[in-house]
Amino acid sequence: MSEAAFELSGVSYAYQTVSALDSLGLSIRTGERVALLGANGSGKSTLLRLMDALYFCDRGTVKAFGEPLTEKGMQDEAVNLAFRRRVGFVFQNPDVQLFNPTVFDELAFGPLQLGWDKDRIRARVNETLAAFGITHLKDRAPHRLSGGEKKRVALASVLILDPEVLLLDEPTTALDPESQSAMIQFLVECRNTGRTVVTATHDLDIVDVIADRALVLAQGAVVAEGTPSEILRDADLLRRTHLTHSHWHRHGDGEAHAHHHLHR
Amino acid sequence: MSEQSFIQAGHRHRRGHFLESVASGFIQAMDHERDAEAIAAGRGFLQRLDPRFKLAALLALIISVVLATTLAALAALFLLAVALALASHVTLGRLLKQVWIGVLLFTGVIALPSIVLVPGDPVYEIPLLHWTVTLQGLRSAAFLVGRAETAATFALLLILTTPWPHVLKALRAIRVPVVAVAVLGMTYRYIFVLMQTALNMFEARRARLVGKMTTAERRRIISGSAGALLGKAVALSNEVYLAMLSRGYHGEVYLLDDFRSGPRDWAVLAMAFAVPGIILWAQR
Repeated sequence: MSEAAFELSGVSYAYQTVSALDSLGLSIRTGERVALLGANGSGKSTLLRLMDALYFCDRGTVKAFGEPLTEKGMQDEAVNLAFRRRVGFVFQNPDVQLFNPTVFDELAFGPLQLGWDKDRIRARVNETLAAFGITHLKDRAPHRLSGGEKKRVALASVLILDPEVLLLDEPTTALDPESQSAMIQFLVECRNTGRTVVTATHDLDIVDVIADRALVLAQGAVVAEGTPSEILRDADLLRRTHLTHSHWHRHGDGEAHAHHHLHR
Repeated sequence: MSEQSFIQAGHRHRRGHFLESVASGFIQAMDHERDAEAIAAGRGFLQRLDPRFKLAALLALIISVVLATTLAALAALFLLAVALALASHVTLGRLLKQVWIGVLLFTGVIALPSIVLVPGDPVYEIPLLHWTVTLQGLRSAAFLVGRAETAATFALLLILTTPWPHVLKALRAIRVPVVAVAVLGMTYRYIFVLMQTALNMFEARRARLVGKMTTAERRRIISGSAGALLGKAVALSNEVYLAMLSRGYHGEVYLLDDFRSGPRDWAVLAMAFAVPGIILWAQR
């Protein structure tokens, strides 16, 4: 069995008085593709931020690559940069992630922070732009991009560092069908790269193609885990965790009625 | 009809409608930015210069404006600004709308009292008030307005003919601190996100509005919206900071620039730097 990329035990986190995570424990192996499922407010985004050392837990321990992630430890510049090199985070809202004047600068930001040689950065930015099919956007300002383009640039700006772990927060939300399909395609292809991918989503339609294992979160704790097909078969679990909803429809000429089901 | 033109059309037909005029204001601001971007992407004289040289040359010309102590020198610099604008495909109509009228109104108010307050040779007496306009007063007002108009024209030419990211990098080239440049860049970047958010808020309000609003209701909407927008701006800034941390930010900002200068840039810079010298020499 491969080593754990992340190990969390007894992790609690609260936003002032509102609890977001409560004694949560989980382990993610290197190279694994994991989906974090849960309704809004279940703690998915908070969990990803703890795993990216942007937040630090109130209780419990978070270990990355066998080492505890602590606020004090991350203040060490060498430790911080080594961790940032290994873990990339794609935020749900690309506007928060695209803070540079142009797409080119956006991709160059991470490598510049890590102190790469400038010629190497230029070459790597151009390679990454080409790989994502966004070379034509390189001089554009982020506010001039469409939602799908922003998401692609956000992803490219993280992947330019070629991180071992990729954390994605709702990567397919608010994308048009074509951009959504491209994002799913990327996540499917991650299977062959050996990269650890943790995707927070409540889009059940994509879980079995983007993940090898699914964890269901509710009220800040992991309430179930298994393969995507095991989780998706458990209709009662999905209903309890608000991952399915009742849907009104009509069969033939009969009365309109509602029941819970997956859109698959 | 696009969403934008629909709002603008609505604004034309229902002039004075409060929410429409606010929404239209946001759209006009975004349109200005789009137009400026199109001009900066053109192939005019200033657009083809290296931004670092252009920034230094236009700063030298602005310093020349400050050094000019004769109206003839000021007029020559103003004509130079107009010539540069025309050579860079910036129309006089745009300069009139974006600089000249605004600066004239602003500095005109400040300069106006001087035409009667500065003692000197009488030129005209204002009827009823019996205040005397003096030649020296007129010269003093003309200097103030002329300097402001000419300097503002050079500054606008820099902004209109240079993509904003290049302006920022050019500022770094003249040793403006990197933090100041980064703050300017992010401010510009997020103005548009917040403007779009504000526009959405006003549109949502407009969609639910029936009838006319009283002045008190307008005040409430403005103050409520300003508060909500401030809250969103704070939340956004926290998120942006986290996104920066996530990609290795640790208190220092680094920038990459790719400017290439040529003989033309050096020639323009030399000529621009010669202007203050010529002015000082001519005014000896």
